[in-house]
Amino acid sequence: MNDTLTFRYTIDGDDFTRAGEASSSVKNKLKQLGLDSDVIRKVAIAMYEGEINMVIHADGGEITVSVSDSDITMILADRGPGIPDVDQAMQEGFSTARPEVRSLGFGAGMGLPNMKRYTDEMKIDTVIGEGTTITMKVYI
Amino acid sequence: MNTNKFMRSVRLRESACQGCINCIKYCPTQAIRVHNGKAHIIDKFCIDCGRCIRYCPHHAKVAVYDPLSVINNFKYTVALPAPSLYAQYNNLTNVDIVLNALLKLGFDDVYEVSAAAELVSEASREYIKEHAEEAPFISSACPSVVRLIRVKFPSLISRLLPIKAPVEVAAELARAKAMKKTGLKPEEIGIIFISPCPSKVSYARAPLGIEKSNIDNVVAIKDVYPLLLPHMKHDDSQLLPLSNSGRIGIGWSNAGGEVGGLLVDNYLAADGIVNILRVLEELEDEKLHGLTFVELNACNGGCVGGTLTVENAYIATTKTKRLVKYQPVSRNHLEDNPELGNIYWADNVEYEPVFRLGNTFKESLQMMGEVEKLTARFPGLDCGSCGAPTCQTLAEDIVRGDATPNDCIYVLRSNIADLSEKIRHLMQPKGSGNPSASSKETLSGEDQALLKQYIQELTGELASFGVPEHLRPHGEPEGKHTGNEVNRS
Repeated sequence: MNDTLTFRYTIDGDDFTRAGEASSSVKNKLKQLGLDSDVIRKVAIAMYEGEINMVIHADGGEITVSVSDSDITMILADRGPGIPDVDQAMQEGFSTARPEVRSLGFGAGMGLPNMKRYTDEMKIDTVIGEGTTITMKVYI
Repeated sequence: MNTNKFMRSVRLRESACQGCINCIKYCPTQAIRVHNGKAHIIDKFCIDCGRCIRYCPHHAKVAVYDPLSVINNFKYTVALPAPSLYAQYNNLTNVDIVLNALLKLGFDDVYEVSAAAELVSEASREYIKEHAEEAPFISSACPSVVRLIRVKFPSLISRLLPIKAPVEVAAELARAKAMKKTGLKPEEIGIIFISPCPSKVSYARAPLGIEKSNIDNVVAIKDVYPLLLPHMKHDDSQLLPLSNSGRIGIGWSNAGGEVGGLLVDNYLAADGIVNILRVLEELEDEKLHGLTFVELNACNGGCVGGTLTVENAYIATTKTKRLVKYQPVSRNHLEDNPELGNIYWADNVEYEPVFRLGNTFKESLQMMGEVEKLTARFPGLDCGSCGAPTCQTLAEDIVRGDATPNDCIYVLRSNIADLSEKIRHLMQPKGSGNPSASSKETLSGEDQALLKQYIQELTGELASFGVPEHLRPHGEPEGKHTGNEVNRS
């Protein structure tokens, strides 16, 4: 698999104005690769939701995006508090975002459900007090 | 198929270009490079927005458009004044003053673009109502916006309102009216648009959404404006009543004017190419919710901010508002215009993946890998000295075969430093602390060959960096000069 291209992004915590820069950068790279706009859209939305989650809950983290000729893999790793109940967190509308975050229009409890909806594979590895790593794949 | 689909009306006046980097920095689609001391516009990346015209300090970017003398090419001519023309004049209270002056200038008739705009508004209202579930729609009246979406936002093409621009509708109706009135053949009638921007010039020659435009020629507001002034001293009683548009139609000249005619509450109206780029990014990412309509104008302030206008865009905005204050809301209705065959687009706008790196995904992926490697080598200053707007674009140009790594002055500098170091090392006599003593004698034949090779490489490096002719020192051959530079270091 030497045809895989990898991009790495560091996400700053608590900076809502800059959240979305990484997903935007990925989106523009995928366009340059000439990928189908539906694939690009799925990746951009899923990654943006993940990016926002990292900003809201985990004080940032690292995103690694790998593009191969079969799929796009996004690995979002943070050192946040972890997710106590993943099934609950996956429910639409469930949110633990602080009120001030909600007042900005975020934290509607659609982040994780949207990430699942827009990707072909999604895996959540989380340890309380240590952090969460979410791996998402969108097939090409 | 349109053969000149990347036609543009923004051009370079080479004699005026100083090779500075202002234009490459301001171009929103990174369509300009400076090579050999002159700017070059890349056709397929250019969306004709005219921003470089505004920012070039040497006035080396110009718009091409037709001279007013084109009215002599036809038996009968109809002027299509853009509503932004009215906003150029001070204290204008009656549009008929401008329209009558156009007749005195030599046109046989006038057809206001603002009248057609009211038909477009009506058709848009109906279309949006009938296709409510497909909202939000993006306005398609500004040709630069359509061209931007066509090359950069494939997923938003289907959101473009598939309705002809007001000027096109005006041209169609004007020709039909003139043919009926004069009995002339269509080609004997000249439909001449008085435009606020070069983007419409390209549109008239290579339209998107329809196969051929009804506009024959496009002249500039800034050319027509002063010529009309002497004809505007008027006696109200002698004015022919020509004006036939209301608040909605004339309002189209301002940002927010188009949505004003749609009577929708949930809209976004953005103007200025940088702002609309941001809006399109957000629309594409589905970050904007609950919108019915998105009005986008490439120029600040809307069409009144076009590069072919005279008046300050914001003063012009106020003037338009003052002019329409006592006008009826709208004076044109689709049912009264049966001559208008079809107000909708006949052609689909196709995505043009001009920013794609390679021809296939595999090729693009491999090229992007090279771009990443190159970008890591560059300093990331986006200084523009190489002639590309950013380090990233230089890397892309190199991978496409349009530039070399040595175009980066930092890469070049480090290569030169490296070679100079090798030469210094070679010149240093082995076992002696004094390099200047007798270096010549101590060089073996092998070392001499190496030295010759290094010097050749060095001059090659320097020659590869395009220094414009006028910046080169006079009376000194290039090779000798670079040689001196080397010795000095």
